[in-house]
Amino acid sequence: MTCMRMAIAVISVLSLAAVASPARAQRPIPPAEQFGKPIGTPGFPPPGASSCTGCHPASTSVDTPAGRLIGRSPSDIVTAVAAFRSGQRPATVMDRIAKGFTDDEIKAIADWYGAQK
Amino acid sequence: MIRSPTRRHFLRTAAASAAATLPIPALAQAAGGRVVVVGGGFAGATCARALRQLDPRTAVTLVETSQTFTACPFSNEVIAGLRDIKEQQFDYKSVAADGIVMVFDQATAVDPHARMVTLANGDRLRYDRLVLAPGIELRFDAIPGYTEAAAERMPHAWKAGEQTLLLRRQLEAMPDGGLVVIAPPANPYRCPPGPYERASQIAYYVKTKKPKSKLIILDAKDQFSKQRLFEDAWKELYPGIIEWVSLSMGGKVSKVDPATMTVETDFEKHKAAVANIIPPQKAGRIAELAGVADRTGWCPVDPVSFESRLQPNIHVIGDACIAGAMPKAGFAANAQGKVCAAALVRLLAGQQPDEPRLINTCYTIVAPEYGITVAAVYRPSNGQLVEVQGSAGTSPVEAPRSTRVEEAKLADGWFKTITGEMFG
Repeated sequence: MTCMRMAIAVISVLSLAAVASPARAQRPIPPAEQFGKPIGTPGFPPPGASSCTGCHPASTSVDTPAGRLIGRSPSDIVTAVAAFRSGQRPATVMDRIAKGFTDDEIKAIADWYGAQK
Repeated sequence: MIRSPTRRHFLRTAAASAAATLPIPALAQAAGGRVVVVGGGFAGATCARALRQLDPRTAVTLVETSQTFTACPFSNEVIAGLRDIKEQQFDYKSVAADGIVMVFDQATAVDPHARMVTLANGDRLRYDRLVLAPGIELRFDAIPGYTEAAAERMPHAWKAGEQTLLLRRQLEAMPDGGLVVIAPPANPYRCPPGPYERASQIAYYVKTKKPKSKLIILDAKDQFSKQRLFEDAWKELYPGIIEWVSLSMGGKVSKVDPATMTVETDFEKHKAAVANIIPPQKAGRIAELAGVADRTGWCPVDPVSFESRLQPNIHVIGDACIAGAMPKAGFAANAQGKVCAAALVRLLAGQQPDEPRLINTCYTIVAPEYGITVAAVYRPSNGQLVEVQGSAGTSPVEAPRSTRVEEAKLADGWFKTITGEMFG
């Protein structure tokens, strides 16, 4: 399987997981079903993910303290965000931003970035 | 004359552009739909590029008046003499290389029913979906005496470029001991912390170069963004230099006279050496012409797709739109550009857009190596974008200087990152 196909497979599995997740269903705002195809269709970043590249560069040539997320291990991202949120890990802005996402949302974002190249 | 914008302008620019090496976007694969984006700033340039990335079949035309984009964030450092304006400036070569058709002209009319944009040169561009990202228009009818001509003596410098440099030159020419007046508008306006960052940057200049000078902020409101952080920093870094006069203390400017450099409130007259008047604002002119601006002068939109609530098939992003709790800021505009692009690809494919989450972080530099931020995550709720509970907040009030240094570094990295995404 090529990397690209693998990435698509990963995303497809995730999209199913995201739709089925109880946390998503409990949200007071309209459920995902009302918004067409499952979130996480190949090529489509999950909710929130596209904002990250405001600080975390997509390009490898930008010199900034905020590292690239693309290609990073999803579990590392999930762990880091959890530590930012709890205050265990010192942060500049991520302590606040981490509080704006559920665990499922963070996992979807982390998996998506992990699958990007 | 009605033409398909993509082919004509592509052919016109193909020889000179790196786009010549890419497949022609719309001719062969018009299946993705035609999107015209008006305005090539943080919202528009981001949206155009994100569209091509999400679905390369989309034919994207970007209409922009200027060949050079001058970014507002960090332009206060240009005013303070700490940064060259060239660091603020970008061209559209990489945007064109993505297969986006660049049209350097002014959009003068929109026909929402015929789905057509008219340009100043008479050309008309058809679209399936239109994105308006026109930024702001300054209201020269809001403060008595503050006309467009007055801005040549009392610069607003609220659109970066010549006005930024004018304010810089005025500060340099100011005698030591001269009074600087900054007059921020009431909400909403572009870059809520901007006037106070500017006050900080000018105070830095005053402290280091014109130590007898003072700075007075005549404000049309009683609170402002990151207020406690600013006030603490001013006390620490610029004691006795900055005086802030709130609305309830009589700060609102009632009249200006550029001939005598006088700035008046209902209670006092100030003779300024340098007067930076930031007038109230509204959505860029094309928004009004397209019928997407309401009586406030701003554009109500659906928080999921950023589609106008007043006209079908037109989306408004960036400073021009009413984005609920999201401030009018470069980071927010960039986030909206990407969310809008994803919604457009869905809509053009006959699907419903996904419910988005958006992030904003406003970075402010109050002195070299002294940065502060305000950040939040936003989600649609009851037809508006609201802050996700618990996510919104500023940098800590009590913090060691190392925190400010870190945030200043992050701010610098942010600017490189976001402008790289737009123009790199």
